[in-house]
Amino acid sequence: MNMVIFGATSAIAQAVARLYAKKGARFFLVARNDERLAIVAADLRARGAAQVETANADLADLSLHANLVARAQSALGALDRVLVAHGTLTNQRAAETGADVMAQEIGVNFLSAASLLTHVANVMELQRAGSIAVIGSVAGDRGRQSNYVYGSAKAGLGVFVQGLRHRMSRHGVNVTLVKPGFVDTPMTAGLAKAGPLWATPAKVAADIKAAMEGGAAILYTPWFWRWIMLIIRSVPDAVFRRTRL
Amino acid sequence: MDALHQRKDALSWGRAHHFTHHIAQPAFADELPTILKERGARPVLARGLGRSYGDSGLNADNVLIDMRALDHVRGFNPDTGVLDAEAGVTLKDILELCAQYEGRWFLPVTPGTKFVTLGGAIANDVHGKNHHGAGCFGNHVLSLRLMRSDGTVLTCSPDENTALFRATVGGMGLTGLILSARIALKSVPGLWVENEDIRYDTLDEFYALTNDSLEGWEYTVAWIDCLARGQATGRGIFSRSRHIASSRPAPPIRDPRIALPVNLPNIALNKITMAAFNALYIRRARRKPTRKAVPFDGAFYPLDAIGQFNRLYGRRGFYQYQCVIPTRVERDATRALLSEISQAGVGSFLAVLKTFGDKLSPGLMSFPMPGTTLALDFANAGASTLALLSRLDAITRAAGGRIYAAKDGRVSAADFQAGYPQWTDFARLIDPGFSSSFWRRVGAGAAA
Ligand SMILES: Cc1cc2nc3c(=O)[nH]c(=O)nc-3n(C[C@H](O)[C@H](O)[C@H](O)COP(=O)(O)OP(=O)(O)OC[C@H]3O[C@@H](n4cnc5c(N)ncnc54)[C@H](O)[C@@H]3O)c2cc1C
Ligand SMILES: NC(=O)c1ccc[n+]([C@@H]2O[C@H](COP(=O)([O-])OP(=O)(O)OC[C@H]3O[C@@H](n4cnc5c(N)ncnc54)[C@H](OP(=O)(O)O)[C@@H]3O)[C@@H](O)[C@H]2O)c1
Repeated sequence: MNMVIFGATSAIAQAVARLYAKKGARFFLVARNDERLAIVAADLRARGAAQVETANADLADLSLHANLVARAQSALGALDRVLVAHGTLTNQRAAETGADVMAQEIGVNFLSAASLLTHVANVMELQRAGSIAVIGSVAGDRGRQSNYVYGSAKAGLGVFVQGLRHRMSRHGVNVTLVKPGFVDTPMTAGLAKAGPLWATPAKVAADIKAAMEGGAAILYTPWFWRWIMLIIRSVPDAVFRRTRL
Repeated sequence: MDALHQRKDALSWGRAHHFTHHIAQPAFADELPTILKERGARPVLARGLGRSYGDSGLNADNVLIDMRALDHVRGFNPDTGVLDAEAGVTLKDILELCAQYEGRWFLPVTPGTKFVTLGGAIANDVHGKNHHGAGCFGNHVLSLRLMRSDGTVLTCSPDENTALFRATVGGMGLTGLILSARIALKSVPGLWVENEDIRYDTLDEFYALTNDSLEGWEYTVAWIDCLARGQATGRGIFSRSRHIASSRPAPPIRDPRIALPVNLPNIALNKITMAAFNALYIRRARRKPTRKAVPFDGAFYPLDAIGQFNRLYGRRGFYQYQCVIPTRVERDATRALLSEISQAGVGSFLAVLKTFGDKLSPGLMSFPMPGTTLALDFANAGASTLALLSRLDAITRAAGGRIYAAKDGRVSAADFQAGYPQWTDFARLIDPGFSSSFWRRVGAGAAA
């Protein structure tokens, strides 16, 4: 099994990679820090990966994407599994004070993923097999005052992935949109993590692997977020406006 | 600039201490120097999986560095069994690695839960049911990399920076951040174990069974009914096991099958439910040993089947008491501890009784000594609980024993220091930028 991971140093992505490493997968890992990539590569090798290649790229730079996908192909041959995991938890306040931060955040959380997926899809369409998972977020299900810049990027990504799934289904390629809830990773270091809503990266990773193998369209992980978000989406605007969510 | 976050959610396993911390959760070790600068004058402490029960893993109003994401394996040599891993790697990860390599290797020492980090296992120099043969976790650490508060990284081993190595093994996180360690796994015939459970009626029988088992059985422990009195004091189930070769497939390594999502109401656990549970549990076992081949997971980690079982004790949490009594007086003092507990009638479900062997750990502050160790939980009922635990301290101290820092959240400085006269040597090796709530209470600065 060959796997490409964009944002391979992400806590969630690493947890997914470990599950595939255990089965002897071959990897092409992309992230923006060489030292970190080397640490992750050694870890996956020790945990059973048959081969690990890495590439360093700032994924906000779209001009690098075509070459990255080509390199992944030449390192691995067929792309059986692709995981798009990179993202930044936007500082909402900073993204309100000027449009620069806003644009940058939408760039990395939406545009860069959409650009990578465009290149990946063209390869996999010809391959006529494989499975792609893209990490969105429950934050994309309803705009909220506390994080609507991040949320809108993930929402845009959600529709993009939905459309891509539609396109790729005729070509035998699965595309899954992953919507994690609260995951206890360094990304969420600023939040209090007590309570039953928090999940470990390992738990979320197991769900992601199952969805990639099973072909789910949308994965809420853990499962209960589907119902929580259903409720949050149905709260009438007049009520919603008065909350601090 | 913003690596530290003020949060109130870091609890220890006993859930009886509620503190505010400034928490950092680095993704990779390269973030540590910045975090150590950002702490300013506030002392730091590493945090693993939070399985210590009291306040030795807490650092009220100061900095905690959550080490869980620093969980990368750096290398594993399947021919020698030497594992090099970052401190946040869990014992569960290591067991999965063992399974991956056909079950030829195993943890040399493991505590009663696999949800513990490598850093936590070293910092408390944990022991397991095989202490009589294998010693402590620290006996199997070949070397470790330690980051001090000024950002320097030192390699410490039995022959390099020896004093700091000995202080760090069992050093309760106070000597610096353990970044990674090399440990020697032990070679085993397989991941199945042969297990025998034997019901016994008196404390003397416990010691007789122990003596009979030390040769042939790697792992021994007894679960005792701490409500039993008089002649029956110390009655329980003696359990012994050893690795065996098996043609069966490698057993699964399980996550909790069910979890307690919220604290149970305080009435869930009272004298009546406890007495009923204990009586049922003890009766389950036969007097005639039953020998079975079982997966190691259920045999070594029965409590791991229930996630967050610590919520059983309600909102006020609980204390665990664990002490060790030296061999010379072990029978009398253990009996005295057990009768104090049964008279109070507030001991938890089951207590654990086990003997330690005479293998010395390199750890300066390691808890085990040759003798008998007793461990059990007490729901936190406030002053009456603390008073009972102080009475137990008095028995332990008079017997020349000591309590286990990993489990403690309330011992007096005087009782702690009496048990660890070497504490003054240790205090000299502590990193000045590190501290814990526990250490401020029992160590330097605290009234002896
Ligand atoms: C169900 C259960 C059964 C247990 N059974 C046993 C047993 O049989 N034998 C036994 O000995 N213990 C036992 N314990 C206790 C447990 O093994 C120890 O408390 C262990 O240290 C917990 O590790 P942790 O990763 O959760 O660390 P924490 O509890 O988070 O921290 C423990 C200590 O390690 C330090 N530390 C953690 N990581 C680092 C690091 N990277 N660098 C420096 N210091 C660090 C912390 O500062 C703290 O002082 C048990 C606990 C439970 C909950
Ligand atoms: N944690 C949660 O609660 C949660 C909830 C919902 C959705 N998500 C989503 O899940 C995904 C993974 O997040 P995580 O929790 O695993 O957090 P994480 O560990 O912080 O991972 C984010 C990763 O994105 C990488 N990244 C950011 N910008 C990049 C860029 N320009 N170029 C290359 N890489 C870049 C980061 O690389 P560096 O290591 O170099 O910084 C980091 O590895 C993200 O898409 C996130 O939005 C997370």
